[in-house]
Amino acid sequence: MRRGLVLQVALVAALAAIVGFLAWNTAHNLESRRIASGFAFLWREAGFEIGERTLFAYSAADSYFRALAVGLANTFRVAAIGILLATVLGTLLGLARLAPNWLLAKLASAYVEVMRNVPLLVQLFFWYAIISEVLPGPREALNPLPGVFLSNRGIAFPLPGSSPELSGFNFTGGASLSPEFAALLVGLVTYTAAFIAEIVRAGILSVPRGQFEAAESLGLGRRDAMRQVILPQALRMIVPPLTSQYLNLTKNSSLAVAIGYPDLVSIANTTINQTGQAIEGIAIIMAVYLTISLSISAFMNWYNRGVALKGLRR
Amino acid sequence: MSTAASWLRRNLFSSWASALATLTILYLAWALLPPFLEWALVKAIWWAQDSKACRDLQGAGACWAFITEKHRFIIFGTYPYEQHWRPGVASALLIALWCVSVLRTFWRWWLSLVWVAGLALIAMLMWGGVLGLTYVENERWGGLILTLLLATFGSAFAFPLAVLLALGRRSRLPAVRAVCVGYIELVRGVPLISLLFMASVMLPLFLPEGLTIDKLLRAQIALILFAAAYLAEVVRGGLQAVSHHQYEAAEALGLGYWKRTLFVILPQALRYAIAPLVNTFIGLFKDTSLVVIIGLFDLLTSLKVSLQEPAWTGFGVEAYLFAAAVYFLFCWAMSVYSQGLERDLARDGAPRLLRGA
Repeated sequence: MRRGLVLQVALVAALAAIVGFLAWNTAHNLESRRIASGFAFLWREAGFEIGERTLFAYSAADSYFRALAVGLANTFRVAAIGILLATVLGTLLGLARLAPNWLLAKLASAYVEVMRNVPLLVQLFFWYAIISEVLPGPREALNPLPGVFLSNRGIAFPLPGSSPELSGFNFTGGASLSPEFAALLVGLVTYTAAFIAEIVRAGILSVPRGQFEAAESLGLGRRDAMRQVILPQALRMIVPPLTSQYLNLTKNSSLAVAIGYPDLVSIANTTINQTGQAIEGIAIIMAVYLTISLSISAFMNWYNRGVALKGLRR
Repeated sequence: MSTAASWLRRNLFSSWASALATLTILYLAWALLPPFLEWALVKAIWWAQDSKACRDLQGAGACWAFITEKHRFIIFGTYPYEQHWRPGVASALLIALWCVSVLRTFWRWWLSLVWVAGLALIAMLMWGGVLGLTYVENERWGGLILTLLLATFGSAFAFPLAVLLALGRRSRLPAVRAVCVGYIELVRGVPLISLLFMASVMLPLFLPEGLTIDKLLRAQIALILFAAAYLAEVVRGGLQAVSHHQYEAAEALGLGYWKRTLFVILPQALRYAIAPLVNTFIGLFKDTSLVVIIGLFDLLTSLKVSLQEPAWTGFGVEAYLFAAAVYFLFCWAMSVYSQGLERDLARDGAPRLLRGA
């Protein structure tokens, strides 16, 4: 046991020494390069515009703090909508992979293979290129459904009481998604759905065959058996990896910086470039994502305790 | 004939819903495939000196000429043009090393010597400066070889670190456990891009004055630190799968912690973890593409730079389809391999595992 104690003291001392050394270097470097430190910059005027705003009003005259809040709101916006759509698409694909129809099952598994083996960043660039290069200008916008317009300015769609109309070079009225948001959303949803499909499929396959047969012998049809017998049991297997996919989608939304959607990371990046305060900027990004991750895993642990089989509870 | 009919009946028309799905898919294929093939193959332009012929098509056909015309730059980046054979040979060598290493017949101790020799040869080819090869600084390395090198060194260095982290997480010593858990959860909780930013703008501040590390190495360090946290969790899964009897038996033999771990537990744990390990390596390979955001010259960056040339702007769809195809080829090969390996190891069962492959 004494050896263990010595090892631990040595480890902690070594880590403290490394951290101290790095901190000393950093303080020295900041001083010699005349970079300010501390979070006072948050209250200074940001001086840059943000193309998309949700929840907050914002103008270039507002503070960095407000700019970062807009970025965070944008992250949440794309993550929330993305999670919702990816769950729906992923579940459908997962069920399709198990469908008795050969063509449907093969098509779904081909989709999963392709999506999982191509980097998300390449897919995001691809969707952005599709929207900005292939789609026509607003005047010749594609109109696949009444009131919905696809153009290189993004997607315009109607809301109750107002529908988009072409005026000048863009659409007014209704609601619209910018090309950046649309590309990011489509990319995140189609990519994450492939992983969710695998989770749903594995979850359903984990339910013992006897359960299918028992449901069948009770006279339940395929749909009822699925809904009332199989899925409730499969969910127990599905939920933990599903939450980690939700977390992945949220973290992956940080790739927005590569296609110019103003999420938290991309606003923090602009802030770093303008103020030179890299340490504070990166600390903000990490603190926000860590908070999200830790709260989601806390929620997951709570949920797991709720759905775990009573007999297996330790 | 009747077997074909019954196959169709069973697999495509077993119920009304199934028949409807089949007909919908066939209709969609009929409606979408011909225009796509016409764009991608029939009307596509494969060779052209400049983009004029492509622009005349106005999007009716794909401009693969962009790829064929710029292929040297896309694959080799900013490496000196007349020296392109060097990264070419190096890439082939690296891929060959991987191909040899995945075969179980070669899972012998001397394989590590082959790797050391291979990597030394690759370093010699890439840097040069000896045997009459001109010296090329690594700021000029680029394209495919950079992607391959980042992924190779990323996994080679992340793996031992991951094993240590996983062992630490299961250690009986509370301080060791706390440090490992803290590290793993911290890294897994933040996006890779924040670590890459850290490597590109924050790391220089950490170092003593006068000491600088080049950008490629900094990004490589970030990738290693990131991958290690994910690999550690996979290794931990493998450690948990080893039966506690094995731990007890090793202890009963009087083996100390390191002997027990190295000779009894790890060989079994890593076998259990091999398939998810390969999946994590695939993830790392895909993640190397993120270095484009901090301006390193990998495959994706060289495509993006080619697209910025005024003559070739607007062919992003072709460019990214090409990038997707390249990444898919590598990742898909790895995933097929991991599935095969998983089947093999499952079939062999325990006794064979203990004897060694």
